[in-house]
Amino acid sequence: MTEFEYAPALESTSILNLQSDYKLFINGTYTAAKAGKRFTTVNPSTGEAIASISYAELDDVNSAVAAARAAYTKVWGKMPAAERGKYLFRIARLLQERAREFAVLETLDNGKPIRESRDTDIPLAAAHFFYHAGWADKLDYAGLGTNPKPLGVVGQIIPWNFPLLMLAWKVAPALAAGNTVVLKPAETTPLTALLFAEVCQQAGLPAGVVNIVTGDGVTGSYLVNHPDVDKIAFTGSTAVGKAIARAVADTKKSVTLELGGKAANIVYDDAAIDEAVEGIVNGIFFNQGHVCCAGSRLLVQENVQDEVIEKLKRRMALIRVGNPLDKNTDLGAINSAEQLARITELTNTGDAEGAERWSAPCDLPSKGYWYAPTIFTGVSQTHRIAREEIFGPVLSVLTFRTPAEAVEKANNTPYGLSAGVWSEKGSKVLWTASKLRAGVIWTNTFNKFDPTSPFGGFKESGWGREGGRHGLAAYLKGGKN
Amino acid sequence: MITDFSESSLKNFLKTLPPVDQVGAEARAAMLATRSIKTASKTWAIDTAISMVDLTTLEGADTPGKVRALCAKAVRPDATDPSVPSVGAVCVYNDMVKIAREHLDSIGGKHVPVAAVSTAFPSGRASFAVKRQDTLDALENGAAEIDMVIDRGAFLSGRIGEVFDEIRAIKDLCGNKAHLKVILETGELVTLDNVRKASYLGMLAGGDFIKTSTGKVAPAATAPVVLVMLEAVRDFHAATGKRIGVKPAGGIRTTKDAIKQLVLVNETAGPEWLNPQMFRIGASALLNDLLLQRMKMRDGHYASPQYVTLD
Repeated sequence: MTEFEYAPALESTSILNLQSDYKLFINGTYTAAKAGKRFTTVNPSTGEAIASISYAELDDVNSAVAAARAAYTKVWGKMPAAERGKYLFRIARLLQERAREFAVLETLDNGKPIRESRDTDIPLAAAHFFYHAGWADKLDYAGLGTNPKPLGVVGQIIPWNFPLLMLAWKVAPALAAGNTVVLKPAETTPLTALLFAEVCQQAGLPAGVVNIVTGDGVTGSYLVNHPDVDKIAFTGSTAVGKAIARAVADTKKSVTLELGGKAANIVYDDAAIDEAVEGIVNGIFFNQGHVCCAGSRLLVQENVQDEVIEKLKRRMALIRVGNPLDKNTDLGAINSAEQLARITELTNTGDAEGAERWSAPCDLPSKGYWYAPTIFTGVSQTHRIAREEIFGPVLSVLTFRTPAEAVEKANNTPYGLSAGVWSEKGSKVLWTASKLRAGVIWTNTFNKFDPTSPFGGFKESGWGREGGRHGLAAYLKGGKN
Repeated sequence: MITDFSESSLKNFLKTLPPVDQVGAEARAAMLATRSIKTASKTWAIDTAISMVDLTTLEGADTPGKVRALCAKAVRPDATDPSVPSVGAVCVYNDMVKIAREHLDSIGGKHVPVAAVSTAFPSGRASFAVKRQDTLDALENGAAEIDMVIDRGAFLSGRIGEVFDEIRAIKDLCGNKAHLKVILETGELVTLDNVRKASYLGMLAGGDFIKTSTGKVAPAATAPVVLVMLEAVRDFHAATGKRIGVKPAGGIRTTKDAIKQLVLVNETAGPEWLNPQMFRIGASALLNDLLLQRMKMRDGHYASPQYVTLD
């Protein structure tokens, strides 16, 4: 060995107690789907099946909602708030205790690097439960008036990009506020939710407070259209979000939607360039770019474009793509064949429309679903890769000349979830942030999350906020002021 | 990059350097510290790190006996295993250079250079005449590497022309006889912006290496500081074609620390810096931990510290 090649450092999967088939979680017990239909969840890094999963039909969703309603009326809705908080604290601690197990399972089912599931997803999920556990008996002080009330039964539909973390974003505030939950995990990543069901049992959570129904979009639509569901919380694509909004338009249901994005990451010429390059990489290649708030449009000031792109390419060449269970892997597998096809289709339009493609030189595994980290330069606002969410490790680079132009281009999108601003000049950062129409704006950093901070979008990026006091409000009816 | 080295043009040049965002630099360094180096790559890293150690003794209590013992260890770090490489250099005070050089030569260690700390190390608070004589003495006695300290007081008060001129004058004394390592003493420069500026000053003035610290001031070779210095040599090479070495010193005591340094090098400046010509680690206690870890990799179990020598 003459060069510093990192030998494989694989996280062991022996901690997992994988089953060959998984059932639904209804009324506190694992329950087989009535019709007996099943689907398979796949390890995206190999394409091999991991387990067979019960598919929830209408009947099963009905049972889950009925269980949630009963738990709400008889137990959870009546329970003293401080008691509810204890359960949430217990769940949070159990998530911490079983963090490694959750991290390995998340990586196996989702394809994300173990470094990210270990250092980001699972710790943040536990942090969300801790944070909301603290709120349970302090809702009078959440700024919603005295004695705010829960909504009732909440239907929650979550995406495949951060399976357990999105579960935590949704379940923790719902339970803290006194609601009961029917959760539908994404079709391709049901496993950590089903392991979470075990944590609910371990914590002694009363039966029916959390129910988990696995399936696809059709299962989700049963939940959305169910007459006894009081609220729908959805994270996913804008297309599905619009369909949900239509479906609930003439019902009493309340809705929060956390949808897509095409975030601008604005790099001014006076930025700390080396750290900005790290932020660009983190912004688009974190979690394979499967991030709704990913900084997928780099807006770089024209006079530093060459320097930034050169440093970015050098840095991208260092990204370690490969086995997600390897602790040294930076970029894991694309979550599904379907998503890989979507990325490929959209990036092909980039070539066709005249943008210049550059991919980091890396060996992609022969099995499974993979996409090399890629940037397109010479992109203009009219290109599809500048307008549509690719949801993959693909960055579109655009340039600007003045701050006003940067803001104009950044806002010229139907989305408005997040944005980044890079400059060492505080006044310019504040001016830019105040003009950007996005729900989350990071300055001199990117993709930072915290349970105390509300998260959500402008325009077609969504309705409502998750996290912080604002997120709590979405699960409560305002009390008397 | 710059041709006129007057103080005003140096100042203007340093202003063109991009600022360093401390939070971002710390985050990048912390991320690289999570790299997991196992099996074959760990074996390689341990031997590489041994060959990069500047085995150092810089105590008021140093004696000829102590320095000779150190030299023996430098040539053959593990008495029981001749496959262990010699260290990068022996690093001592000015008055010990001759003793070290003669002893190294007499025990088959001609290939191990002697590095002398110089220019009123560690504070640098002396007249230039003293610093000059300090360096000349060391060179005359056989030092092949001069570890000089910059005048931090001058740097912090904006007299960067003085800092530059002093480095250049010492470099002229070294000529072809010795490599010059420029110690920035980053613990006294405090900000990463200062570290970047001082790194460029050291490189522009002719330093062959830039070195973090004297080891007498804490904090010393922290990961973000080394990261910024590695970025500086990388960018300096891209601009001028000239490769400058980096030497972290102070606080690197364990194999884990040393491997983290190698990862920083590998993923910042690049593999071209992963050799003792371009990267050194100033340390004393580190060598024994590297030897113990090497035994562990070889034998499959940890040895008692009694199996490595104290010197």
